[in-house]
This record gives sequence, structure tokens and C-alpha cells, in this order.
Amino acid sequence: MIRNPYMPQEAEILKIFQETDINYTFRLKTDLKVKSGQFLEVSIPRIGEAPISVSDFGDGYLDLTIRKVGRVTQALHNLQPGDKFFIRGPYGNGFPIDKLKDRRLIVAAGGTGLAPVKSLINQYYNDSLEIKSLQLLAGFKSPGDILFSSELEKWSKKFPVEITVDRGSENWKGRVGLVTKLVADLDISEVENTMVIVVGPPLMMKFTTQEFVKKKISIGNIYLSFERKMSCGIGKCGHCKIDDTYVCLEGPVFEYSKAIQLLD
Amino acid sequence: MGYKIYREKFADLFHELRASYEIYAPVTKKDKGMYSDTDLITYDKVESFTEIVFDKKTFFSPKEIVFPIRQTLFYFTEDSVLEPTKLEKDIVIFARACDINSFRSLDAIFLQNGPYEDPYYKKLRQRVKFILLPCDGFENCYCACLGTNITDNYSAYVDVRDDAVYCKVKDAYWKGLWSKYGEESEVEPRYVSKNENTFEIPQKINNSIFEHQMWSEYTNRCTGCGRCTVVCPTCTCFTVHDIRYDDNSKYGERRRVWASCQIDGFTEMAGGHGYRHKQGERTRFRVLHKISDFKKRFGFQMCVGCGRCEDACQEYISLKNCIHKISEIMAEEEKV
Repeated sequence: MIRNPYMPQEAEILKIFQETDINYTFRLKTDLKVKSGQFLEVSIPRIGEAPISVSDFGDGYLDLTIRKVGRVTQALHNLQPGDKFFIRGPYGNGFPIDKLKDRRLIVAAGGTGLAPVKSLINQYYNDSLEIKSLQLLAGFKSPGDILFSSELEKWSKKFPVEITVDRGSENWKGRVGLVTKLVADLDISEVENTMVIVVGPPLMMKFTTQEFVKKKISIGNIYLSFERKMSCGIGKCGHCKIDDTYVCLEGPVFEYSKAIQLLD
Repeated sequence: MGYKIYREKFADLFHELRASYEIYAPVTKKDKGMYSDTDLITYDKVESFTEIVFDKKTFFSPKEIVFPIRQTLFYFTEDSVLEPTKLEKDIVIFARACDINSFRSLDAIFLQNGPYEDPYYKKLRQRVKFILLPCDGFENCYCACLGTNITDNYSAYVDVRDDAVYCKVKDAYWKGLWSKYGEESEVEPRYVSKNENTFEIPQKINNSIFEHQMWSEYTNRCTGCGRCTVVCPTCTCFTVHDIRYDDNSKYGERRRVWASCQIDGFTEMAGGHGYRHKQGERTRFRVLHKISDFKKRFGFQMCVGCGRCEDACQEYISLKNCIHKISEIMAEEEKV
């Protein structure tokens, strides 16, 4: 019998961290080797399966930051540490670490788009990512939607972290506005040596990327991470196909010069 | 090797073949057609040679023999995940050249695309042998434009004429069986060499086609029923669903079910975001996949020109007319 790539493996929940009202990070006990930007197919038998990006990983564990929005994710949120659910993967290409080497990196993340880049940022924080500098721009709907608050705090002591929210609140003293505004206000030195990663909702990615192009960042230096409906993760189900490209196989991370060719 | 076998003798041969194989062929389902008082011509398992319909095109393609409409991937018990293990006989499919060629597209997706072979597809596919049927073409077909009118991929060829069946056998294992029932004769497969519909398939389609107004017509006409993808011999998209049994919710299955890029929800993710909301955009996605996207990836056209999508469309949307339109638009652009 050939290996069944649809067969999921069971993984135990080590810990659950509440990030916001509806976002929780599940730390799983596993030896799977993953790269920043890859995703897993996560499932609960008799409920369903869904693609979820890996938000962080380390020795013997990986983190999935999951938003309670669908059938599978609702069910996941009923689980406790010690419970198990199923995973298969990792799938997708992940971020191009080799292309970032010795470059200045700007990461622009919108909402839960911060999850797939979190591990990359942490690698820089822990001195294991060989880049020249890092700057993070993160946008959220409201102060209550801010993900990874303690990490953002910690990161901001080592490198520039700019946070903005679409709608402020009484106690919010930070910036209000879209991520595009943060980009517009940037003063980018060494434009040619700067790499950009944009992750977030489709419209945020579209306009943020355009803003970086206005800042003279070459379209070959910008990377986007796509989010698509997927039923298999291995190039069979067809849901994530755009033109001759399968997001699950050649993506989810695309160079912008390629991404602009991928029309829906 | 060619053979001439009288009909009664061929019925015996068929009977012997059936002992070793599940045999699928075009059949008539009385009153099951698209309109009232019409019959459905479709693929089904056949018990006898006389059930087979040789002179009509099937409404559905043979793809469900290797890619069932619903297929169980896993059975769940309270604490285990089990793969289906049912073992079955080998399969024989009576098919025309276009339909045999359509399996190349299915193979490309299920066996070549991505790092893994699909084990469920492979298990069924590797059991299949084809018996080629002659073809003189049908309404809406354009196989000759795509080169899918001929094939070498068959174990035997069978042409029923008058009181005899004229056969060509390529499968060494089958030659003994055929020679037992018939006399040697010179037989070569009969293919369509020119369809009623003849046109150029565009070699290169520019991205400018995405913005073209031609698609708005399909937004107005297409109802998004998905028939075109259901009857297409090369559509392979599926969605995975879990179910729990009503009588014991701790037991259930993970299944895959045919999906259609024409139907709402194909791209929609949890949270509600999706792509291609207009039917014109969905038509464009389907058409370009069939005659361009797939070819860029695998080197040959996905569409086999069977015309079933047009046969099935309740709005009379024609893929061949759409392809023709794209060709004209691209030719016009070349000139400018």
C-alpha cells in the first residue's frame, strides 16, 4: 500500500494561550519539522478539516493561532490541554529565508496575518535569522484585536514595531488608521537592499503592496502570503488554483512579481 | 491482432470477460433523461453485451468509475482512523477516444500534481483496461481540433456492425480469449477525422482577456448550476467533508465529494471571504483552465472536446463558441 498523504496524525495540546476574544494559540506536542510560512491541515474527526498556518515552533512543539470562525475552529476551541486533535503536513513553500539574508526586512501584517510571520520575527529576535535589520508594521481592527501583545512589547525593545488600529477606543493612545498609512509614512533607507513581506486580508495586501511599490521597493523584493480555501493541501482538490498555479504547492508565499500575474 | 466475431459468440466472450472484470459501458436508463419522457444515456456496470448502447454519446462521463461522486477517505470510530480496504475486481471500460484521453487529465491531477500520488484514485485507476469504441462524432463535439479523436491507450477495440463484432486486440493476455471465439481479420480502429465543428484552439491567451467584456454575457446567462463541471470528463475538483452517523455520533466518515468552480462557496473561506463572485468570472476560470492553465502546467490540453458541457447546459452556453470568441479576440490583439 502506498503512503496515504490524507492520513492525519494525532497531536496533543500542551498549552492554550488566549490572544483575543476569538483568537487562541494552541501549542502542540510534535516533532514535525516546519518552516516559517508553512501551513498544516488541522482536523477533528467527524467535524472536518481546515488549513491553518503555523505561527511558531521550537523543539518538540509547534503553535497554531486559530480564530474561532468556522465549524472546525469552533470545535477546536472546546478542547483543553491534554486533549488531542489531528494534523497533517506541513504544506506550502514558506518564506524565502535565503533571499532575506543580509537584507533589511520590513514586515507588514494585517490582523491574523501576523500569525504566519510570527516565527520569522521570533527567529530574528533570537538572533537566528541572518538579516541586517527588521521593522514590523502591524494593523488590527481595534485594540481588542491585537494579537501577541506580550511579544509585540518584547520585540519593540529590540527593533522598531509600529502598531495601528482601524478603530481606536477610549484607552487607546496608539495610532489609528490603516497599515497603508504606516507604509506611506516610512522613510526607507537602502531601498535596493530592503525586502518586504506583506501578510493579511486580500484588500490590505493589495493596497499595502502598492504603497511599498510607491516607495520604490522592487516588485521582486516584495513577498505576499496568500490565504485560500483548500481541501487537500497537496495539489488535488483544485480549490486554491489560480491560473496554472496551486497556492498549496507553489505558495502560499509568492514574490509580488508573480502574485500580480495571479488574477482571480 | 484483428478478429471478426459473430454477435452470439461475442456474447459468450463477454460473459467470460465478466467473470474476471467489472465492466462499465454506455447504457440507457429509461425516462431518466434531462427532460420528461427522455432517456438518460450514461455509464453503468453492465451484465450483458446487449445492454451496451453503441450509437449514442453518454450524458455523464466515465470519470466516476475512478473518481466516485462521494468517496470515503477514512472511517472514524471512537478512537481510530481507518482506511477503506474493500478489494474488488479489475475494471473494463468501453469508451470512445475522447473519453479514454480524458483519463490523461485525471492522471495528471491525481498522480502527477504535487509531491504525492492520490492513493484512492490510484487504487481504482490501476485496475482499469479500456475497450475502444469507434466514433463518427456527435453534436457539439470538437475532438479533432484537440487531437483527442485518436488514442493508442486501449486493450481492445470493438466495432459492432450488422451481425458481427470487428475487434482489434492489443492486450497480450486477451488475445487467447478473442481467438477462441472469432476468426482472424484485418481490423483498424475507426476515428473521427473531422468534426462538424472545426475551429482553432488559441495557442496563447493573454491576461488582457480577464478584463474583456465578453464575460459579462455569461454573468447574465449562467445560473451557476454546475452541470458543465459535473458532466465534464476532466473536472476533478473535490471538497472534503466529515460526517457523523445519526445513530451513533461517535462514529463517522471523512469523505470527498465532487466540487464545482461554478457553484457558490467554491472559494469561500471561514469568515466569509471568497473570490470570483460573478458567474462570468467563474465561466472564465473554467474555460481558461480547460484550454490554457492546465496546458501551461502539464503540456497538453485538459479539454477533450466531448461537448458534454454544452449538451448539459440549460442556458445553451457553448464552450466551443466561447473558445472561438477567445481566439478571435486574441487574433484581433495580435493585429494591433
